[in-house]
Amino acid sequence: MDMTFEVTDAEFGYGTITLHRVSFSVEPGEILAVLGANGSGKTTLMKCINGIHRWKSGGAFIGGKLFDIQNISRQIGYVPQCHTLTFPYTVSEMVLFGRAPAINLLSMPSGSDREIANRTMKEVGISHLADKSCSEISGGEMQLVLIARALASEPRILLLDEPESHLDFRNQTMLLNLLRNLVDRRKIVCIMNTHYPDHALKISDKTLLLGRKKHIFGKTKEIITRNNLKDYFGVNVELLPFHNGKGEHMNAVVALELVDV
Amino acid sequence: MEQNTRSLQKKIILLCFLPVIVFFLSLFLGRYPISPVDVGHVLLSPFFYPDMQGYELQKSVIVGIRMPRVLLAMLVGAGLAISGAACQGIFKNPLVSPDLLGVSAGAGFGAVLGILLVGNGPLVTMSALFFGIISVVIVFAISRINNTTPILSLVLAGIIVSSIFAALIALVKYVADPYDKLPTIVYWLMGSFAKASYDDLMLVIIPISAGMIILLFLRWRINILSLGDDEASSLGEKPERMRWLIVISVTVIAASAVTVAGIIGWVGLVIPHICRMIMGVDHKLLLPATILIGASFLAAIDIIARTATPAEIPIGILTAIIGAPFFALLLNRMKRGWI
Repeated sequence: MDMTFEVTDAEFGYGTITLHRVSFSVEPGEILAVLGANGSGKTTLMKCINGIHRWKSGGAFIGGKLFDIQNISRQIGYVPQCHTLTFPYTVSEMVLFGRAPAINLLSMPSGSDREIANRTMKEVGISHLADKSCSEISGGEMQLVLIARALASEPRILLLDEPESHLDFRNQTMLLNLLRNLVDRRKIVCIMNTHYPDHALKISDKTLLLGRKKHIFGKTKEIITRNNLKDYFGVNVELLPFHNGKGEHMNAVVALELVDV
Repeated sequence: MEQNTRSLQKKIILLCFLPVIVFFLSLFLGRYPISPVDVGHVLLSPFFYPDMQGYELQKSVIVGIRMPRVLLAMLVGAGLAISGAACQGIFKNPLVSPDLLGVSAGAGFGAVLGILLVGNGPLVTMSALFFGIISVVIVFAISRINNTTPILSLVLAGIIVSSIFAALIALVKYVADPYDKLPTIVYWLMGSFAKASYDDLMLVIIPISAGMIILLFLRWRINILSLGDDEASSLGEKPERMRWLIVISVTVIAASAVTVAGIIGWVGLVIPHICRMIMGVDHKLLLPATILIGASFLAAIDIIARTATPAEIPIGILTAIIGAPFFALLLNRMKRGWI
């Protein structure tokens, strides 16, 4: 069955249009990186896909069919940028909350919900934290908890809003590697906002570059080029080629001086 | 994790005994001394000694006076405590209590207005309930912004409505007859179960229980709401609809409680915190715990209210005098990260 996720000619804006006829498509097992300057509409795009905002025109499709808004939370796992903690739930409680879309309004989580939550914690590698309070764990661990929570609803699409932005260098690398593994193993569609072209180059298959009233979409290597980065961010960059451990050809982005846009 | 769940279940079973113990203590402690053995005799007599003689006085004290009073105190305590926990959850703020939405002030005004105009009786009660609900309707009306109700505007609207009704209460006190009506009003505002009767109990048992049952059904969902609206809706929740359902339940409970017992502060704030320290923050276990501890706490305070001094102490004064320092002590000793 074709489970390609597509957004076609989608528009949205608060008053004025921020997202201007945006189109892209992601296959299961692929990661789409969404890059763009502050205010270019990355988070807005997430909220539209997630059903928090309604598209002004156009829309999202899965397998050629219009994305079902009613069941949206069962199909999308959402990882927020960072979580403000009012009550220090334990890690296992927090992951179990991911089962909410699958649980009847007046019911409590069942044994099988608990089992799925436990399995997800294991998959993400946080089983040892299960009984810890979310206020006692590190920022990197918290991000893993939020990813486990998103995966607990067994979604087809994983949406992440700058998941690595508050993490240190090691945790960023850990998170990116984990995401690539998860997507390869689960064959889900993954859409990730990021501020780092390097991260897009490292793990994403496709990239959507958002700018004011324009966007480009395509294979990551074809999108992240000197010209495009200059055009969309106003930064002169150098792309340095190198070979990674597996002998694959990669690029690293080095930012140089600013240019006027 | 299994270990953890089991120890929590053990705790909640132990907590179930607490209200039972306080209930029996309440029956034999009081101005008129009755031994625990006699309490047992009176309670069991309908089953074992239907033709028992000579315990008429004890029977009337226990069944006629103390029983409705302790039951009412427990119902109100349980209702206020679970409402507080639910409010703190949905408003993502551990310092919130059911008074926040203006219910207490509204119902309080209704009651003092009733006392001023008709003295006492069912009209006072109806007036209290009516104004309690009116206050939340007003809060609802002024907190709507662009067809949505942000938490902050709801809280601000609650503060506005509370202070208006507080001013109106002051006005009623000012015009009330200082020798006849004013003492009644002042005494009533301080909260008391002294006039508790089966009629009061019958009047509020259905609304308070209904509110508590709704909150109990939704208790796991309150967790989801406490994550914030965006996260909640990404988890399939409709935060606003849910919030109103809970606010309505809380209003009914709080207005009913004020109606029969006057204004009793601190229970809705302190008890949820004590319960979090015992049970953790998951509302699934927290809400049942608040019912058990809230009921026991208020009934226990009521024992002090009627036995500590020759004259009754208004219970609202005691909950503040005992509750506030206790709360300060708890905060100091257990810094657990939710303040």
